[in-house]
Amino acid sequence: MSSLLASERLDLIRNKYRPTVRDYIPLIFDDFFELHGDRYYGDDGAIIGGIGYFKGTPVTVLAQVKGRNLEENKASNFAMPHPEGYRKALRLAKQAEKFHRPVICLIDTPGAFCGIEAEERGQGEAIARNIMEFMTLKTPVISIVLGEGGSGGALALGVCDELAMLENAIYSVISPRGFASILWKDASREREACDIMKITAEDLVYLGICEEIIPEPDGGAHISADETADNISKYLDDAIKRKLQKGIDELLIERYNKFRKIGEFDELV
Amino acid sequence: MLEDLFSVVKTRFNGDDKSPQKLRKNDIPSDIMFKCPRCSGVSFMDDFISNSKVCPNCGYHSRISAKERLEITIDKGSLIEFDKNMISKNPIDFPDYPEKQAKLREKTKLNDAVVTGEARIRGLRVVIAVMDSRYMMASMGSVVGEKLTRAFEYATQNKLPIIVFTASGGARMQEGTVSLMQMAKTSGAVARHNAAGGLYITVMTDPTTGGVTASFASLGDIIIAEPKVLIGFAGRRVIEGTIKQRLPEDFQSAEFLMEKGFVDMIVERRKIRRTIAHLIKLHGGVKEDE
Ligand SMILES: [Zn+2]
Repeated sequence: MSSLLASERLDLIRNKYRPTVRDYIPLIFDDFFELHGDRYYGDDGAIIGGIGYFKGTPVTVLAQVKGRNLEENKASNFAMPHPEGYRKALRLAKQAEKFHRPVICLIDTPGAFCGIEAEERGQGEAIARNIMEFMTLKTPVISIVLGEGGSGGALALGVCDELAMLENAIYSVISPRGFASILWKDASREREACDIMKITAEDLVYLGICEEIIPEPDGGAHISADETADNISKYLDDAIKRKLQKGIDELLIERYNKFRKIGEFDELV
Repeated sequence: MLEDLFSVVKTRFNGDDKSPQKLRKNDIPSDIMFKCPRCSGVSFMDDFISNSKVCPNCGYHSRISAKERLEITIDKGSLIEFDKNMISKNPIDFPDYPEKQAKLREKTKLNDAVVTGEARIRGLRVVIAVMDSRYMMASMGSVVGEKLTRAFEYATQNKLPIIVFTASGGARMQEGTVSLMQMAKTSGAVARHNAAGGLYITVMTDPTTGGVTASFASLGDIIIAEPKVLIGFAGRRVIEGTIKQRLPEDFQSAEFLMEKGFVDMIVERRKIRRTIAHLIKLHGGVKEDE
């Protein structure tokens, strides 16, 4: 496993050759059809949703889209979804429930978009609704953080039966930059913030938030998208089989308890 | 993203940093004037207090403590408080976090940012939770998440309506990703309360923002807001930074949220108690001894 500092992993996940879901989806899934739109407002390029086969099993895929160049990033808003992106994800998750398909969420976002229109269309409500609805979605949900898991914008695809993270991925309550700017009033202390926030895959396993770490090739995922995709597939194969074996009631109780137990407190005497 | 939210809230209300305790009438306020952070209007402290701490000029509903909120909301002496002694640990070993909390406990006489319990409103049994912005801007860490979750679970088990007065700067950064997960934990408890047919009323007070807006606060069956309060997901300054221009004054106000369809009704402070009682009755609530 990686012995890199969180700030060194930040460099890896910002490497412009790091594979994105546009690389992974064709490597992991067969006959993938992208499905568009939230049926209320529009289609958000920051989240790809669709259906396809995973090793012969029909699945629904919901994935946040980092661009590999400026043009792709314009189309996907640098993976910062608007409310309609979260509502599209929820629509497709409900569809997966109807057809008893497992849902696979691929998380890679700096956070939900912060803008006038996002507020007007209810960014907070959209995220809240996803979190609540995924908690009782009657089909297995597996989430994987590929790079950045930024705040509520990531959690909206992160209420799941099992959370895995790529070896160098991070998952945080706020971006390290935002953390530094709020607590120290100095955004330039980003790297220092990164190293005290406990946001690496190992940290999150320790905190009981992440269940599995998926290895990356030596040097990081960009060294070989194929090898990384293989590792993701191996993990998914296991995880989906494990979850499909369980009855839905058992699955939902376990999902509730996975989050129910997170938190550290004491009683004053 | 919650970037700059705390400073945003502070900047916006920098006239409002007096402890509400000081504003209590029997404490003889040292300053006799109230300056409104919204309209900058100045009024006599006595008038402000007798107006339920609502700006006499513009109707801005200022922040009040959980204690004051309970006094004007529930039947006198009816509170049976839950988990009064629960305090946070330091899950990510954040420097000085325990010391900071010890000081705040001393100063606010609270053990964290939410008070929960069972109470009566006009004789009707309810579970109630009130967030208190004096405690780390009522950010949600392990204690807020756990107490709210337990309150929801209690309401579900006992078939009681639950009323949550929200106020928060968002997730508590000092508890890292553990605080983010409290959004899932609390929303999961809301989902179970829903599934059991329980009533959940949210009352959004100043300020309801960040991870709290993006979880349980936005999930009430009925969402009430106090007039003129700040409600939003992203911090104002973050958005201004993105668009490189000033936002209109009423952006992210209760009125803005109602216009956009995210709030059911705006209710003045002095009418909230009776409004809640009526709503509970409409959902079949009965008085304890009926
Ligand atoms: Zn005013």
